Amino acid sequence: MSDRDPKFPGLLDGVVSVIRRDLHLAWRRPGDVLNPLFFFAIVSTLFPLAVGPDAEQLARNGPGILWVAALLAALLSLNSLFLNDYEDGTLEQLLLSPQPLPLLALAKAIAHWLVSGLPLVLVSPLVAMSFQMPARSTAVMMLTLTLGTVSLSLLGSIGAGLTVGLNRGNALLSLLVLPLAMPVLIFGARTVSLAAAGEVTSAGVYFLGAYCMLALTLAPFATAAALRISNE
Amino acid sequence: MAELSGQGLTLIRGDRCLFEDLEFALKSGELLTVEGPNGSGKTTMLRAIAGLIDPDEGVVRWDNTNVKRIRQVFHAGLVWMAHRPGFKGDLTLIENLRFESGLRTMTMSSAEHHLMRLGVATLTDIPFRALSAGQQRRVALARLVLADAPLWLMDEPFTNLDAAGQDLVIELLQEHLRKGGMCVMATHQQFELDAPAHRIRLQ
Repeated sequence: MSDRDPKFPGLLDGVVSVIRRDLHLAWRRPGDVLNPLFFFAIVSTLFPLAVGPDAEQLARNGPGILWVAALLAALLSLNSLFLNDYEDGTLEQLLLSPQPLPLLALAKAIAHWLVSGLPLVLVSPLVAMSFQMPARSTAVMMLTLTLGTVSLSLLGSIGAGLTVGLNRGNALLSLLVLPLAMPVLIFGARTVSLAAAGEVTSAGVYFLGAYCMLALTLAPFATAAALRISNE
Repeated sequence: MAELSGQGLTLIRGDRCLFEDLEFALKSGELLTVEGPNGSGKTTMLRAIAGLIDPDEGVVRWDNTNVKRIRQVFHAGLVWMAHRPGFKGDLTLIENLRFESGLRTMTMSSAEHHLMRLGVATLTDIPFRALSAGQQRRVALARLVLADAPLWLMDEPFTNLDAAGQDLVIELLQEHLRKGGMCVMATHQQFELDAPAHRIRLQ
């Protein structure tokens, strides 16, 4: 070809373009971002109202409730991770691009976390106040929620990739992702409870960190394979 | 010069055999049209060539190498114009093209010239979803002309286009083939082209 551009996009260009595009799209449609966030805020602020104002009870149940709300909010946003791209054909273009698909899948998961997981982490201290949570466990909660939501975005991208071509993928998606999310929920909620009781929390944090790393290294490859299968 | 070939391609969907033991070979400057009635598997065949579907038997080769082994090289050499536009409805044309230039080589420096020629230069600031079906189709052509790829895979490129638009497709294709490109096209439209053409008819 005659007018060849000297610049061939590198690996980082692909990742950056996907993240930038998805953030841009989220900016254009803030509803998609705000929905799970509202869900999280509403569920976790309604609980104290329903359970009653007993401070001790709230402090005891708070971490569990917050974590369940966070997990469900994360699941809520997973379905749309690849669905829009599938419907308008941009997913096909991603599959047929010369970039390595696992990297693009990783970029999609990162973008998903930035628009769904990160706001949730940032809002959580406000919600924690309604559970009378002490400052120390709030810090631990933000840390564990960060590790947990990153893991959920990555693990969820596998399920979202597998179910993207299916009509009623949503129920199946939850079924696929929930078992993988269980360790995150158990260790996350328990670690925050321990922090509230003033005990050592490093074991739980380390576990969540390890789980997050495992998801970070393995999930992009699984997601790439899942996308290839569901686009057949 | 690039070469695309298929050997013994067989594809079965459900209990129906779409094609069996299909052979083709395409060199630089040549066109391959895939014809057949609705539902005969034209799109499926294009998807199999592109590598979106694994054929049940047979191999697709790019420069005599199985495309599965050189996936990235092969995909760097092809552009896919499918039935679905492959552009984000919420983004403008320029934003969409800029995104793609992060994925593959695109000559963005000549974008303005090409968009003018496609008749969509005035539409660059409008969200893609606000364009008419025909305009979206023209915009999809922009991906082909801006991507620096020898192989064009086109699925029904004439759909929704007016007469001028259809002529434009043929003109662009003619230029592409003259420059040494090649094209596999699924279509039921007859058209005149000054280039060596092969034809596959699916039943």
